[in-house]
Formats: sequence, C-alpha cells, structure tokens
Amino acid sequence: MSFLPKSPWLVHYDASSCNGCDIEVLACLTPIYDVERFGVLNIGNPKHADIFVVTGSVNEQNKTVVKNIYDQMAEPKVVVAVGACASSGGIFRECYNVSGGVDTVIPVDVYVPGCAARPEAIIDGVVQGLGVLEAKYQEKGKAAS
Amino acid sequence: MNIATTVLAILIYLIAAPLVGGLLAGVDRIISARMQGRYGPPLLQPFYDVLKLWQKENILVNRQQKVYVLSFFVFVLVAGGIMFGGGDLLLAVFALTLAGVFLVIAAYSTFSPYAHIGAEREMLQMVAYEPMVILTTVGMYMTTKSFSSFDIVQEESLLFLRLPFIFLGFLFILTIKFRKSPFDISMSHHAHQEIVRGLTTEFSGRDLALIEVAHWYENVFLLGLVYLFFAAVPAVAVTVTLATYFLEVFIDNNNARLKWQHALGSAWLVTLVLGVSNVILLAFR
Repeated sequence: MSFLPKSPWLVHYDASSCNGCDIEVLACLTPIYDVERFGVLNIGNPKHADIFVVTGSVNEQNKTVVKNIYDQMAEPKVVVAVGACASSGGIFRECYNVSGGVDTVIPVDVYVPGCAARPEAIIDGVVQGLGVLEAKYQEKGKAAS
Repeated sequence: MNIATTVLAILIYLIAAPLVGGLLAGVDRIISARMQGRYGPPLLQPFYDVLKLWQKENILVNRQQKVYVLSFFVFVLVAGGIMFGGGDLLLAVFALTLAGVFLVIAAYSTFSPYAHIGAEREMLQMVAYEPMVILTTVGMYMTTKSFSSFDIVQEESLLFLRLPFIFLGFLFILTIKFRKSPFDISMSHHAHQEIVRGLTTEFSGRDLALIEVAHWYENVFLLGLVYLFFAAVPAVAVTVTLATYFLEVFIDNNNARLKWQHALGSAWLVTLVLGVSNVILLAFR
C-alpha cells in the first residue's frame, strides 16, 4: 500500500489556455470545493509534485516548458489534461503554432473534458489520477523486486 | 540527574517529538483552513505527506546534498537531545544554529537560483533571530545561575516574572523560526511564493521528508524553550506553550510576507529594546 493517494500534490501549468480552465482549477481550492480536505495541495514546484495538471493546448513556444516540468517531477507521477484544449487542442487545434493536446508532448493519464472544465469534473479527474498513481507505484515495486 | 534518566528523557524526546510536532502541524493546517472558511485536511495529513515523500523518487542534484540534509536532521536532534536530556542550553542553541547552517549549505549546493535566494534569506533570518535566542539563554542564566536546562526547569519561581520582556522578544523571533508569515521569507509552507519553495526548491522524496520531520523536531525544541519560562507551574507552562503555537498560527493567517529588510530591522529592534533592557534590569537588580 502506498500513501500517494492520501497526499497528492499538484503542479498546475497553463500551456496556452484562455484562463477559463485555470480559474476553474483555482476554484477547486476555494472554500466551496476545498480540495485540501483530501490532502491535495497546489504546491507550485514540479520537484515536490505528484500530479501535473495542464490546461490549454500546447504550442511551439511552450512545448519545451511542458516537457521540462514533466521531466523534473519525481516518479511516480501522473498527468491530468484539463479541458478540451489540453485534451485535443480544442478550437485551436488547426492553428499554425499549435501542436495539439498535451499528449503530443508528454504521456497523459487522465483527460478531463469541458470548455471550461467544471471544478467537479477537475476533482473527479484528479481522483482518477490517484488510481493511476497507485498503479504506477505498485508497478515500480514489482520492477524493483 | 543520573545517566539512566538522561538517556530515558532523550529517548522519549526522539520518539515523541516527531509525533507531537506532526500532530501540531496537523492541527495548524485544520485551524488555518477554518480561519479561511474551509474544512481543512485530516489531522494526520502531515504524516501522510511525509510517508508519501518517503515512497517517492529522490532526485539528487548532487551527492553531497544528502550529507548536508542528513547533517541538518542529525544536529536538530542533537540540539533537542541536549536540552531535553537536561544539558547545557547554550550548547543546544548553538547546535540548532549549526543545523540551520547545514540547511543553508544544502540549499547552496544545489545551484538553483531559487534555492540560492532562499539560502541567502535564511542566513539573513538567522542573523535576525540569533541574538534574541542567545539573550533568552543569557536571561535564563542570570535568573537561575545555570545554563543547564535541568536546573532551569527545577527553578521554583516563575522565570517569566523576571524575564517578561525577553519572553515577548522570544515570541517575536519564534515567528521567524516557525517559518510563519510575516517572516516566512526563505521558505513558505504555502505555495506560490515568488521564489518557488526557497530553500527546499530542489529537494524531493526522502530529503524533503527528512527536512519536514526535522522541522517538527525543531518546533518541539522551540516550544520546549517556551515551556521553560513557566516551568515552575507545569499546568500553566503547557497551556502557555500550546497558546503560543496557536498565536503563531493566528499571526500566520493575518499577515502578508515582509521584505527581509523589515524582518531583520524589526527583529533587531525588538531584541535591542525588549531583550537588552531585560538583561540590564536583571544586572542591576
């Protein structure tokens, strides 16, 4: 058993979101939703984080930033793509500078639909991410033994 | 105090301090949440956090950082062991300073610009609080004629009555030591600091867990110092010690972070006015 699902720390990155999803991510921290009830902290540092929450489609400018943040996170880690743009590129998909959803740069574990994604949907996505986190931890243990 | 009781006291400290410190951190987070109109995490959340960090990958920037972080941890334990074992208070305070220096070196060794700023601010914080900590032990020596915490705890009159200003000054710098706003300039418990996480930016996994547990030990050590002021009446001492912790949580939630100039200036002013005046009063008594 791991303690990962009991204390998920998030790092949130706005790839090229319209800020709609970002505000909904922050809404999860407010008294109405209060995700700290479940031990979730918006930690703001990739080296401390377990879950990478990305909003917005990835473009040529921030491709390397997304990749960099992902690489700096300690294993086991999970990526949650929040919103239509992060999942597939959304309405920006055809833009000349947009490479598409987050999964064009880094492996994504959970996709949260919506434009903008509702706080309930984001919390649900993070909770599903916890299952993936636990599975990755078990896998790592098997590989080690 | 014979050897058996000293060893027993140190063992109790080593086992109980992280439990007490972790529980206090849990209470801190719940009270902070309630002050912000939130429900807050479970009481045992700090323990979940540390156990989780223990299971995470430890990304090393270089190998020596582990040595420095471990030294920080060990010397915080040594400081507490000296004090709770009835030893020399001055030595305990110096051991705690040495521990702080190791944490600063650990942050410097990572070469991260954020950790560097954090380390520099931590050094300024040490410059800010250290005189008051020394004056606290000096004040205790002047009233009890002993640096030994065993003698001080057995003093029959309330130390607070003869060291009221030193106590207030100590409360002031306690905010710096607890890493609470407005003095959490080198490393904050809360996210979105302008220097990411300051001192601990580059630490992950077990190193970060060690730093967190060392912080719990450190908090218990400092609350132990608060206890000494009222040691003559244990019931009062425990009440005041807990009240002090909740006062710090209250201050934390009601203040924005200051610049280091203000932190240093105000801490020295408080030390000079409250600390030194109390020592002068004791000298001419």
